[in-house]
Amino acid sequence: MEPLIETRNLKKYFKTPSGELHAVDGMDLRIAEGQTLGVVGESGCGKSTLGRTILRLLEPSSGDILFEGRSILGHGKRGLRAMRKSMQIIFQDPYSSIDPRMTVGEIIAEPLVVSGLAPGRGQVAEVVRGLMEKVELSRRLEGAYPHELDGGRRQRIGIARALSVGPRFIVCDEPVSALDVSVQAQILNLMMDLQDELNLTYLFITHNLSVVKHISDEIAVMYLGRCVEVAPSAELFARPLHPYTRALLGAIPSIDLGSRGKKREIIRGEVTSPIDPKPGCRFAPRCADGSAACAEGECGLVEVSPGHSVACRSAAQLG
Amino acid sequence: MAAIAIAPAGEAVPESARRRKGRDIWRRIRKNKSAMVGLAVICVFVLAALFADQIADYDMKAISQNVASRLKAPSAAHWFGTDAYGRDVFARIVFGARTSLWIGLVTTLVSVAIATGFGAVAGYYGKAVDGVIMRVMDTIMAIPPVLLALAIVAALGPGMTNMVIAMTVSNVPGLTRVIRSVILSVVGQDYIEASRAGGSTDTRILLKHVVPNAMGPIIVQATMSVSSMIINAAALSFLGMGIQPPRPEWGAMLAESNEYMISSPYLVIIPGLAILLAALSINLFGDGLRDALDPKLKD
Repeated sequence: MEPLIETRNLKKYFKTPSGELHAVDGMDLRIAEGQTLGVVGESGCGKSTLGRTILRLLEPSSGDILFEGRSILGHGKRGLRAMRKSMQIIFQDPYSSIDPRMTVGEIIAEPLVVSGLAPGRGQVAEVVRGLMEKVELSRRLEGAYPHELDGGRRQRIGIARALSVGPRFIVCDEPVSALDVSVQAQILNLMMDLQDELNLTYLFITHNLSVVKHISDEIAVMYLGRCVEVAPSAELFARPLHPYTRALLGAIPSIDLGSRGKKREIIRGEVTSPIDPKPGCRFAPRCADGSAACAEGECGLVEVSPGHSVACRSAAQLG
Repeated sequence: MAAIAIAPAGEAVPESARRRKGRDIWRRIRKNKSAMVGLAVICVFVLAALFADQIADYDMKAISQNVASRLKAPSAAHWFGTDAYGRDVFARIVFGARTSLWIGLVTTLVSVAIATGFGAVAGYYGKAVDGVIMRVMDTIMAIPPVLLALAIVAALGPGMTNMVIAMTVSNVPGLTRVIRSVILSVVGQDYIEASRAGGSTDTRILLKHVVPNAMGPIIVQATMSVSSMIINAAALSFLGMGIQPPRPEWGAMLAESNEYMISSPYLVIIPGLAILLAALSINLFGDGLRDALDPKLKD
C-alpha cells in the first residue's frame, strides 16, 4: 500500500561544543493511511527529535520526508503553513504545551484562526464547540483557563487543538506519559476512537511498551538515532530479534508468581554518547551477543520475514 | 469513557472573549486594596497636573520671585511654605507634577516599548540576531547612564524633549537585558512550538504568546523605572542639562534646596514626599496590575 508518510534516510544532527550530536541518524519509516506506527526507545534516543523533524519544527540535516509521495522539504513559508493543516502534533506535557494566559476556547481556536479555515468569529466558535464535544470536554469549560483543569482535560485540549485544522497525520509525542494511569487509558481510547472516526494516521512516540502494544499496528524500536527493528506489533512482541528489543521486552514488569527467580535479560552499561558516534553497530558496546565484527561494519535493516526487519548481524542470521 | 462525560451546565451564550477578559482584569484589580490606593494617589497627581492652572497661578506664584516672603514656613497663605526666592512651594509642586510625571511616564513607556521589542526579538530568534542586539546594548551600558544622557543632551541641546530622548537611550539597554532573559524562559515552553505547529507566523507567536507571558516582570521593571527616571531627570536638571529654571520640576526643587536642609527642612521634605508618593503609588498599582493579568492568581 502507498504510504501516507515516509522518511528516507532522515538525519538530524545538532552542533554542540563537543561535536556533532547524531539525534536522528538515517531513519527510514513508512506509515500507511489510517495506521499507527509506534516508536519506542529509551530517553535520549532521538524519538522526539524524529517527530519534530518530520513536522519540520526542526529542519532535517539530510534525507527526505514525503507526504502522499511528495517531498515536503521544498516548501517555503507559505507551503509550510499549508502543510501544517495536514500534519499536526500532540505534546507530551499538557502543562507546558498550553499557553496559560489563553482560555480553552482561544487555545483550540488558534490554528483555525491562523490557517483561515473558519472565517468569521461565529464560525470559529461553532467549530471549537464541535471539537470540544469530540474530545469530550464540557462546553462550559470554553472560557476556563488551563490551570483550572487537570492533566487529562488539558491533554484533551491539546488533542482538540491538533484536530482543529482537520489533519490526516498526527505525531503523538508521548501523549500519555505525563498522565495518571487511569487517565492514560481514557486518552488512549479517545485517540483510537478518533483514529477510526477520522481515518487518522499516527506516529506514536513512547517509552511505555504496554501503551505502544495497545495502540500500534507496527512498531519501530530506536536506539541512539537508529532504527534497530521494525515489525508488526504482534510479531515484535512474539518474536523479538534484536538483542536490544529483547532486553526492552524483558524489562516489562510481569505480575506472575511463576516468573519469580527467573533470570531477566538486563542490558549492561550506559548508553554510549550520541556525539560523534563510532562506526559500527551502536548497541555493540552493551550487547551480550556482540562480536568484533559488530564494532566495525555498519549493519543496516535486513528484512527477515515480511514486514519484520532487524539491524543486527547475528539476529538476521537467526531469523 | 462515559463515566467522565460532564453534564453540560450553564450553556449561556459567551460574550466576546476580549471584553470578558478586560472586565475580569478590572474586577480583580478592584479587589486589590493596595493597588486601588496606588491608583487613587496616581489620579490625584494626574488631576493636579491637568488642572494646575485652576489650582495655582503659574506666573504669579510658581515662578515669580518675591524676596520679601522668602523661606517662609508652611502656613495658611503658603501651604507648603516658600523657597529661597519667595516662590510658593505648593504651586511649584502642582506645576512640577506636570513636568516630573510626564518625564517619568513618557521615558518609561517609550523605553519599555523599545526594550520589549529588542528583548523579544533577541530572545526569540537567538543566535546572530541575539548576539548583535545584545552587544550593541552592552556597548551602550558600558557608558555610565548619567554621563551618556549628559553627552546626548549636550549634543542635542537642553530641553524637555531632548532630555526624554537622552534618558530613554540610557534606560533601554538595562531593560532589554532583563526583558530578554524573561523572554528566553518563555520561548523554551512547548506552547510556543505548539503555536508554530498550528501554522502561526513568528509575529503572531511573539505578540500573542511570548510577550503576554513575559508581561509580569516587564510591568515590575516599568514601574520601578518611573521613579528612577524622575530622579535621573532631577540629576540632569541639577547639572543644568535638563529642565531649565525657573520651570518647576520635583527633582530640581529637591536639588536646589539642599543648602536650606537644616534651616527649612520642608523645602526638601515636600518635593521628596511628592517623588516618593508618585513612585510608591505607581509601584503598588503596577504590582496589582501584574497580579490581575495573571489568570493563575485569579481571585
